[in-house]
Order: sequence, then structure tokens, then C-alpha cells
Amino acid sequence: MGSIYFTYLIGGEAGMGVAASGRMLAKTFTRGGYYVFGMIDYPSLIRGGHNFYHATVSDERIWSLHYNVDLIIALNKDTLDRHLSKLKKKGSIIVDSDIKYDKSALERQGARVFEIPLTGIVKELGALTVVRNSVALGASMALIDFDLEVLLSVIRKELGKRKEIAEINVEAAKRGYSFVVEQYGKGVQCTIRPRSDNGHLVITGNEAVALGGLRAGMKTYFAYPMTPASPVLHFLANVQFDFDVVVVQPENEIAVINMAIGAWYAGSRSMVATSGGGFALMTEAIGQAAMTEIPVVVVLAQRSGPSTGMPTYTAQGDLRFALHASQGEFPRFVIAPGDAEEAFYLTVRAFNLAEKFQVPVIILTDKHLAESHLTVPAFDLKKAKVERGKIIVGKYEGSEEYRRYKITDDGISPMAFPGTLNAIVKVNSSEHNEYGFATADAKNAEIMAKKRLRKLELMQEEVENCEESVKVYGDERSPIAIIGWGSTKGAILEALKILEAKGVNVKFVQVVFLSPFPTRRLQTILKDVRELLLVENNVTGQLGSLLREHLLRAPDEYLLKFNGRPFYPHEVVSKVLEVVK
Amino acid sequence: MTITLAQLNTKATITWCPGCGNFSILTAFKRALVELQIPREKVVVITGIGCHGKFGDYVNVNSFHTIHGRVLPIATGIKLANKELIVVGFSGDGDAYAIGLSHIPHAARRNIDVKYVVHNNMIFGLTTGQVTPTTPKGVKTRSTPYGNPEEPLNPLALALVSGATFVARGFAGDVAHLTWLFKEAIKHKGFAFIDVLQPCYTFYNTYEYFRRRVYKLEDVGHDITDFEEALKKAYEWNDKIPIGIFYKVRKPTFEETLPQLKGEPLALRDISDVNIEKAYVFLR
Ligand SMILES: Cc1ncc(C[n+]2csc(CCOP(=O)(O)OP(=O)(O)O)c2C)c(N)n1
Ligand code: SF4
Repeated sequence: MGSIYFTYLIGGEAGMGVAASGRMLAKTFTRGGYYVFGMIDYPSLIRGGHNFYHATVSDERIWSLHYNVDLIIALNKDTLDRHLSKLKKKGSIIVDSDIKYDKSALERQGARVFEIPLTGIVKELGALTVVRNSVALGASMALIDFDLEVLLSVIRKELGKRKEIAEINVEAAKRGYSFVVEQYGKGVQCTIRPRSDNGHLVITGNEAVALGGLRAGMKTYFAYPMTPASPVLHFLANVQFDFDVVVVQPENEIAVINMAIGAWYAGSRSMVATSGGGFALMTEAIGQAAMTEIPVVVVLAQRSGPSTGMPTYTAQGDLRFALHASQGEFPRFVIAPGDAEEAFYLTVRAFNLAEKFQVPVIILTDKHLAESHLTVPAFDLKKAKVERGKIIVGKYEGSEEYRRYKITDDGISPMAFPGTLNAIVKVNSSEHNEYGFATADAKNAEIMAKKRLRKLELMQEEVENCEESVKVYGDERSPIAIIGWGSTKGAILEALKILEAKGVNVKFVQVVFLSPFPTRRLQTILKDVRELLLVENNVTGQLGSLLREHLLRAPDEYLLKFNGRPFYPHEVVSKVLEVVK
Repeated sequence: MTITLAQLNTKATITWCPGCGNFSILTAFKRALVELQIPREKVVVITGIGCHGKFGDYVNVNSFHTIHGRVLPIATGIKLANKELIVVGFSGDGDAYAIGLSHIPHAARRNIDVKYVVHNNMIFGLTTGQVTPTTPKGVKTRSTPYGNPEEPLNPLALALVSGATFVARGFAGDVAHLTWLFKEAIKHKGFAFIDVLQPCYTFYNTYEYFRRRVYKLEDVGHDITDFEEALKKAYEWNDKIPIGIFYKVRKPTFEETLPQLKGEPLALRDISDVNIEKAYVFLR
């Protein structure tokens, strides 16, 4: 394990700048050479309520936040009431001296309380109340003896659109820092010295998916806002002119997916992102993409359901939905990245696969992956290359008339885009012949179904031959295996570190491709596994049912969580210790 | 190379009922393409589900037979990907005004340069004769055997108030006039909406009804730049029913307002090595 594990939590009402402060601190540590995983927890409302940002910092790569906290920044009293139980012994609390609370109760818990005149300093500066958070951030830098300048550079950059606002926040941070230094000295909590800035990025799953799309040559992006997928739209809307990408917010998700399909039919790589409700509206068109054999990339950022559910909380309840969405039988890829770094590379891959096989590709994320921050090294663009499918651009050179659904050995027909000279491109969501004309002829129907089925066989091979379709971590020879998919990866990898330190060696099997299901690879990987522990953020253990379906094997133990909250490493550790006993 | 009517025919067997208004729409559209001499590769036809939906099979240009009601979003995506294509959507009145209604006002106010033709037979044809949003009140259909209890929708008024920059009505009983309308719509830059009165010979034969009533706006000196007059004409539906161009105005199209679309069509841009590093500034 890394030698430094520092966990902070910033809490307050919506509107107090909790998310921005958390993010700025994550960027500060990243610029200071550390790794961060940070999560924002917020109910679906604009003012009031309780928001908190909870993050762990380490000197080695980190995949999840840890539950227990070294430092709480309480922008209101509610934060103390809600999170005190998470505070480690001798942990610190920064609290506004204007807040009325029971100090002795905190101290009885072993907390070190630092009362700082957040409101007072802001008043002195004549700044808005929201600037309190910058005072607190400055103060926190002194408590851990971190270089204040790094924080100031982040504030200047993040708030730099309006110089006077950036400067007042910089001043506020400086005052908070000096207050602590004068009253208590530097590094009272601990010492975290900045290391060299290696150019790492702080990125969310949503941003990674957006960046992946850009790298993959996506030229059109369509979306109707829906948490937790909306930040993809915001990110792309911001950079649309830098990348010459058209970003449109149409009237609903039905329009969204159909525009994307229309655009890729005409040659523009396209993506859409939504959550369960919007995905439900898209399902008919996903079948259309399959039938017309037009590629499309659909990001399904899951949240708690059914129905509107808990819009801002995480879940993995839509796996079966993604696998089966739309009428009829057809091949599709369903890919579940486990962290933001994977999300980038797999999104590029998704575009390539969609075009290679002319099928819909669904990328499954969830709120915990989509909106949490992760420190990652700058991307290796050699590993993220555009691979075009069998496409025909400019002019069709064939001697016979162009057939969009030409029968081929592999089931994949060369795809011309409309506008190509000498090619008339007819696509049809009704069953069709090779030319694209509708027909209900029995023999033709069978030929066409088999053509689409041949693609499925090829896709299965693609998955079985791909190292990334299933990943194994930890002690590969251990007879005890944790199995999971998607964002639970983070808590599980952190748990593995803790278990290893305790001398407990297990492995973690991450299923990345869920359709086609990597049956043969999993058979090999799970061959000598005695105890199989399934970890999922849902009620019914959906991956478990897939294992039964494809491997005829049920998990031996289940760790399921379905309260909208992600797993914490210690929960996985406890369960594993129970299993090995 | 000249474009001929024969080149626009396909091998598909036409399955519309003899006497169906769809034949006139097909003929008029092909004639418009020939008269404008538009290369076949440049045209994309999008059709919905219904009798009209077979349209793409019968004209030898690029075509997309989409699911029920989604002609406009598909057309919009196509136009954004390749602005040099001439994109023409064809829907039934069920396809356009029932299941697909949510798209019309938005395509209109966006002013995407797409042409939208509605085969308005005031009935569901392919599903054998149920009521639609434009079936007149009181008419008996298979799903309203005691008479339609609902007031019909006014498609032209809807298109006008939604901001369509070209609004017209045609009649399948007058192919020459329809051909002219199609040509004007294609020449118009922006969203062009044409509702075509299309008698369904089998389930709702309105030939005689319309023949007795329609008159041409061009013949009465209608000013196509006058929005309020256009709206008044859209409400004229009694023993006189106007056909022709109700309203036309030139406004920037959706594509023209997007600087990203300047230059080559998106579909033809080089995407082999996009430099994403310029976005890193947001992630540090
Ligand atoms: C989602 C969906 N709902 C229902 C249908 C069944 N359906 C097929 S055609 C049609 C009505 C077509 O009527 P219209 O659009 O007026 O076209 P017409 O046949 O009159 O040309 C319906 C309801 C369908 N294909 N898809
Ligand atoms: S049912 Fe009506 S609309 Fe359909 S083909 Fe026959 S006449 Fe035409």
C-alpha cells in the first residue's frame, strides 16, 4: 500500500460550493503529484439539502474513496451531525467559528477542532458568503503543510473566467492559511509534501467518455439532459468549436437516438448519452440500428430506479435492460468500464467496434463512475486509434450495382454513405433484401437473420480473443475470487490492497464485456476457483444470473448493495474475511 | 449526364391499391427531381411506417425506411452529417401527426434544411383504416365505429406557428401542381413543410370531396410573405380549401448558424488523429 492515505470530506448545503471545493482540492493534490478519487454526494435539488464531497488522496494510484476521514470541512452544522462518525481518531475538523455547535461532544470523540472565522474573513474581504469555502481550503493546506501556491494556481485557473472573483478567492485562501499558521502552526494534522507535477489529469467517467468520443472522431453528439449523464453534454457543448463537433439537444431521447442513427448513416460518427428513463425511450431505435446495420454508440449512465428513482444516486440495475433492450434478436456490444481511465479507451474502442460490425454499442456506466473524479496519467494516444470499418468513401468502384446488405462470408456488408458516387444507399428498418428493399419473403428473412447472426459469431470471437474483455487482479492463483463489473472495481481494488496487507490473497475478476458474454475466457479464469463472491450494486445480482446462464455456475457468496451508495473498500474487506474464515 | 424519369424507377413491385393518392405523390416527386436535374446520389428520401413508407422502395435514390414517426430526427441527423445532400422526408398523417408529432414544431423552429411531405389521407392506411389526428369529426373508422368524437388537428397552422419557413398544401389529384410545389420546396433553403391531401382509395376516398373544393392560392393573388394572411388561409376549410404555398420566408438555416459546419461536410472530415490534448486544460 501507499505510505500516504489521506481522506477529506467537505459538507454543506446545495449552493455553498461543496462540489467546486472538492474538485479544486482534488486538482490541487493531483498537481502536487498525488492521486485522488473523489465522489460528490447530492440529492436532486438546487438549494438547501445536504451535499458532500468525499475523497481519498494517496501517493500511489488509487481507485476508490475510503470511508474513514482524516479531515472534515464543515460549512454548516449538519455536516458535523452527519459525518462525525466517519472521522478517524485524532482527525481534524475545520468549522466556521460562526456556527453554533457542541464542541465538547466533538472533542469527546477524539476530534481536533479548528474553529476558523470563515464568515468573518469573508466579511472583511467584502466577498460573497460562498467564498467561505476558499478560506477553508486555504486553512486545510496549512493543517497538512501542503504548498499553498498549488491551491492558488488551481483557484486562479478554475475561477479565472472572471479575474476579480478568482482574486478574491485567492485572497480568502491566503487568509485561511495564515490564520491556521498563526494560531496553530503548520502541519498540525499531518505533513503531505507536494511532489513533482507529472501532468496527470483529474477526470470523471463522463468527461472520459466525452474525450473518448472526440478522440474516436465523433462529429455529432445528441443528448437530452438526464442525470448522471448530463455532464457529457456540458463538456462537449463547451468544446464543440475547438473540435468542430456538432452538439444538439433535441426535443426528447427518441429524437436524440434517431438523429444519431441518421447522422452515422450519412457518415458522421455519433454518440448519445442518457440514463435509464431516456434509454427506455431509445429502445425501439436501438433495434432499428441493428436492423438497418447502422453503427451507433449509446452511453447508459445508470442511476437508482425503477422509474425516476433517486436521480443523483448510483446503481447497477440496468444490466439486463441494456442486454435485452428492443424487440427482436440481434447482436450488440455491451461494455462496462470500471474506472474513468478505462472509460476513455473503451469509448474509442466502442466507436471502432460499432463501425467494424455495424451494430449498436452500449457503454454502461453509473453515477459513481460518471461523476466521481479520478487522477489518471495523460492518455496514451497510440492506444486509442481510430479504426474504420468496411466503409466506402467518395466513389463506389464495384462493377455490379451497389448493395447495402450484400451477403458476405462474415456477414458484414461494405458500407457506403449517401453522397458516394455510383452508389445508391438504401437502408430499411423493415426486413429487406440485399438492395435494401422491403420484403417479407420467408427465404430472404432466413438469409438475412443468418447474416446478422454471423456477425454475432465474429463478435464473440472478438471478445474471447481480447485481453480486456475480462481482467484479473490480485493473486491470480487464489481459489477465492471476487467477481464484478463496472464501478465496483474501485472499491474492490482498494479492498485487495488492504487484504494483501493483512496477508489475505484473493483475486478480482472484472467482467468488462457483457455482450457478447466472454464465456470461454471466464471458464478458464474461474476453473480453479472454489469460492466465488459476487459484488454488485443492485438488488438481484444480475451478473450472477448471467454466470448461471452462460457458465452454468452460480456465485457462492453475494455482496449486494442497493441504497444508492457505492461500495466502500472496508465493506468488501469484511465480506472477504467472512468468506475466507 | 442528364437525369431521366426511367433512371428513377426501381425493380420493386408497387403494392399500393389502384387509385391510391400515393401514386401521384411519387410521380410528382420524380418529375421534380428530373426537372431540377438533381444527381440521384445527392438525394436522400426518408419514410416512416405506413402505406407511404414504401415510397423509398419506388424511387431510385438513397433512402432510409425508418420506424414509425421518426422521419424528422433521422432527416435532421443526415443533413447535419452531410449538408450537401438534399434530404426529403415522407410521412403519413399518423406517422407525422400522431406518433411523430413531437418532432414537427422543433424541426420547424430549428429551420433545418429538410423537406417534409405528409401524405395526409386522414386515416391509418396500412393498419387498415383507423382514425388519425386529421380525421374529420364524426367520421366512422374501424376504431371509431360510432363516429370520430375528436376535433381534427390543423397541420398548416401548426407548422406556421412553429416557425416553418416554407408552408404549403398540395393535392394528390393535381400532379402538375404538386410537382411545382416539390420543386419550390427543394429550392427553398430551410425547413419546408408540405401537407398533401392524399385520398386513400380503399379506406377513405376523398377524391370527389376535395376536387370540388380545392383552389390554388396562386390564382387568387395570395401574398406568401404575409404571415397573418397565411394563418387565416390555414383556417379556411369549408366549401373552399386552398392549396399552394401559404408562406415562405428566408431565415438562416440551422446549418448556417453552426460555425462547425463551414467547409466540408462533417462526414468527409479527416478523423484519423484528433488532438484531444487541447481539452486537457479543463482537467487539471
Ligand atoms: C411504434 C409503432 N406503433 C404502431 C405501429 C403500427 N403501425 C404501422 S403503420 C401505422 C399507421 C400508419 O398510418 P399513417 O402514418 O397515416 O400512414 P399510411 O398507412 O396512411 O400511409 C401503425 C399504427 C408501428 N409500426 N410502430
Ligand atoms: S390503403 Fe389507402 S393509403 Fe394504403 S395503399 Fe391503399 S389506398 Fe393507398
